[in-house]
Amino acid sequence: MTEITNPSDEFSADTNTITTSISIKENIKYLLVGILFGIVFVKAEIISWFRIYEMFTFRSFHMFGVIGTALMVATISVFLIKKFKLKTIHGEAIVIKPKTFHKGQIFGSILFGIGWTLSGACPGPLFAQVGAGFIAITVSIFFALFGTWCYGYLKDKLPH
Amino acid sequence: MITFLQIPWPWYVAGFLIGIIVPVLLLLDNKSFGLSSSLRHICAACLPTKVSYFSYNWKKEIWNIFFVLGIILGAVIATNIIGNPKPIQLTATTIADMKKYHITDIYSLLPVDLFSFKALFSIRGFICIAVGGFLVGFGTRYAGGCTSGHAIMGLSNLQWTSLVATISFMLTGILFTRFILPFILQL
Repeated sequence: MTEITNPSDEFSADTNTITTSISIKENIKYLLVGILFGIVFVKAEIISWFRIYEMFTFRSFHMFGVIGTALMVATISVFLIKKFKLKTIHGEAIVIKPKTFHKGQIFGSILFGIGWTLSGACPGPLFAQVGAGFIAITVSIFFALFGTWCYGYLKDKLPH
Repeated sequence: MITFLQIPWPWYVAGFLIGIIVPVLLLLDNKSFGLSSSLRHICAACLPTKVSYFSYNWKKEIWNIFFVLGIILGAVIATNIIGNPKPIQLTATTIADMKKYHITDIYSLLPVDLFSFKALFSIRGFICIAVGGFLVGFGTRYAGGCTSGHAIMGLSNLQWTSLVATISFMLTGILFTRFILPFILQL
């Protein structure tokens, strides 16, 4: 089994950021998908600290229902995409990069589990909380970015 | 329709709409659903550094930043135009717990007792806002994904490694909420 020791291989090592231009036209569709997601986050109270508290204490089925249904719909979709070898709107074959196991997935997930409990949010909801008017959460995002930077800085010293 | 827009959406509507984002992103341009990588792209874009983890062509991943901007905008729209008019409905036991922890704001999505600039200067507020945020950023990148990347995208693609990650963060959340959070909330 080949083991990838460098999890950063996920993104292209090509560092030529100057020649790559950012196309608004190309990316506007992702903004629209994001808007739909943001609306769902607020309307289904997924960004609520209380909903996460009730999930982790098994007081409410709500969050389990949301994640369970999302997983079911996603699994069926991915199965159908593979079965019928569907292509993207640009006619390219759909390839999903496999995730390679490393021990960091356990250590990192434990730390994330604590962070999720404390802040009541995973990365997506953090942004939605700010949009919903909880401006103090910008501080959480700042610290989340700081945490990300610290991980990047310490990566080679951490067990993977 | 108008009434439906104004009430909190049930789990199956929300779950369906989130799940359907996975094939939509794949069909649009082979994009894998995942949100925590946006934190990495923002770091790579804003803090030019020699750290190898942030030296890559972040502009190629810019769709993820558009996705995040959309989430913020969507939340603004949902809150201000079709916001849930009634206070959040909590179970009686949760309300009793909050009373015990002196959390008085049980009407909004986040209690101001923990998540406001004023709360940031209390010990428990600082832990929830700052330490919580730090661990979300550090932990998700160390784990290579979060709820969207592992629990939904990874599991839908039958990745056993995502199952390990999902069990790890769910179990930690359950144990931490049961045994440690009560002490933090009483600080």
